[in-house]
Amino acid sequence: MTTASLPVSADARATTTRRGKQTARRLLIGAAWLTFALFLLLPLLIVLGEAFKQGVGTFFTAILEPDALAALKLTLLAVGISVPLNLVFGVAAAWCVSKYEFRGKSLLVTLIDLPFSVSPVIAGLIYVLLFGAQGYFGEWLSDRDIQIVFAVPGIILATLFVTVPFVARELIPLMQEQGSTEEEAARLLGASGWQMFWHITLPNIKWGLIYGVVLCTARAMGEFGAVSVVSGHIRGLTNTLPLHVEILYNEYNHVAAFSVASLLLALALVILLLKQWSESRIARLKTGAQP
Amino acid sequence: MSSRSTSVIPGFGLTLGYTLVYLSLLVLIPLGALFLKTTELSWAQFIAIVSAPRVLAALKLSFGTAFAAAVLNGVIGTLLAWVLVRYRFPGRKIIEAMIDLPFALPTAVAGIALTALYAPNGPIGQLATDLGFKIAYSPLGITLALTFVTLPFVVRTLQPVLADIPREVEEAAACLGARPLQVVRHVLLPALLPAWLTGFALAFARGVGEYGSVIFIAGNMPMKTEILPLLIMVKLDQYDYAGATAIGVLMLTVSFILLLAINLLQRRIAHG
Repeated sequence: MTTASLPVSADARATTTRRGKQTARRLLIGAAWLTFALFLLLPLLIVLGEAFKQGVGTFFTAILEPDALAALKLTLLAVGISVPLNLVFGVAAAWCVSKYEFRGKSLLVTLIDLPFSVSPVIAGLIYVLLFGAQGYFGEWLSDRDIQIVFAVPGIILATLFVTVPFVARELIPLMQEQGSTEEEAARLLGASGWQMFWHITLPNIKWGLIYGVVLCTARAMGEFGAVSVVSGHIRGLTNTLPLHVEILYNEYNHVAAFSVASLLLALALVILLLKQWSESRIARLKTGAQP
Repeated sequence: MSSRSTSVIPGFGLTLGYTLVYLSLLVLIPLGALFLKTTELSWAQFIAIVSAPRVLAALKLSFGTAFAAAVLNGVIGTLLAWVLVRYRFPGRKIIEAMIDLPFALPTAVAGIALTALYAPNGPIGQLATDLGFKIAYSPLGITLALTFVTLPFVVRTLQPVLADIPREVEEAAACLGARPLQVVRHVLLPALLPAWLTGFALAFARGVGEYGSVIFIAGNMPMKTEILPLLIMVKLDQYDYAGATAIGVLMLTVSFILLLAINLLQRRIAHG
């Protein structure tokens, strides 16, 4: 009754819009593929192309060289320290933001996000102002023979700064959505605070936590600007992998630079896979929770 | 009611205290040092530093290229978000997963990859040279690098909003005689604009501060292709801490004002 009663002209117009929609669909999908190839795929391929330009041998020489291995070690150290610390911070921050009402909460959330809107170079600069030779604590530190800037502690501090928000940011909306009824029930049934946390909260937020950790790891591993300011670029001592790439590149040792870069690219792809996996688990939890 | 029901859950003092101490030690006190350092300068000195021609040129370049990149992202980000949400096609999952590559890839790697691509002897750079313009070592190259590193912002903020708009609304509008462009203007645009602006602001803020991916492709010529973060680095290398600090404060202030303006614009749109 509905289509039959439509006037002919409207029917014809519906057919042309449908046809127009098909064409638009094809055009848009084509444009998306083109954008993807040009902006994302091509840069990825050129890293691999340049890295293996002179064969597999030079690739392995570049990534197994002592300075590269020292840089890898330092990168792993920075990730190993900053990710767990920001994980604990993220859980604590999300806990107090999502479970309680208090004044100044939205200000606190803004402050947690603050490191995202500060240029990495400024993130490095502030630690130089505090702990550098002419910084506020410079004299005190040098009297005690402690070096923070142009040494490993500075690199860890700078990495910590730029990765502060990642875990908290993922957990806050997730925990707000979940509410606290399950925790309240556990408490009323006599669970202690820690029992409640380990048996109720943690399983609920597990995948969101993993997601945040994955993003945090990616940034900690790849941070360049902030680390570059505080590093001092001492080969074998204060060079992270991204800084090592820069040095090789500036020495016109392009094949080696791209070899180390492709190692970082491989890590980035692993991170993307882990991210995809935790994301799909979160989605499954959400659809599972809704009957 | 909420205060009574939440009092059952322990840990308020512990978690809030820990959060505040951690944030203060790592973020707030160090950022305070930045502003404390500028008080060592007189107002006239501060103005003299930030109004130097080299600083103004870098300021214009940094904010200009970040704005251009955010606009470009506004277009291609909308395209990608639309296609990923609305259509099912071969390879969709690959594109979906790879959108976040710029966040996962270290910026230095992105920097040298894009330079290899857009430099005059690179595959795309050569094409541009034949056509008579240059990409790497020019503001255009900086814009493209910023577009790459901020690509996920617009896509990721638009996707959930787009998925939430019921298709029925568009179909109803079409059935009532709206032409496709009218549907876009009166149905989609108002619904998407706040999220679009959020993505735009995030991309813009990140673009202004971005360092790693830009310095390789920029060429770093003073007055021409030198971005603000690099100028801070240059001042630091000359042990000019006051100069570096003044530029840092300038950068934070301008970004803050712009983000505030975008926020206000967003609120105005959301309320009618």
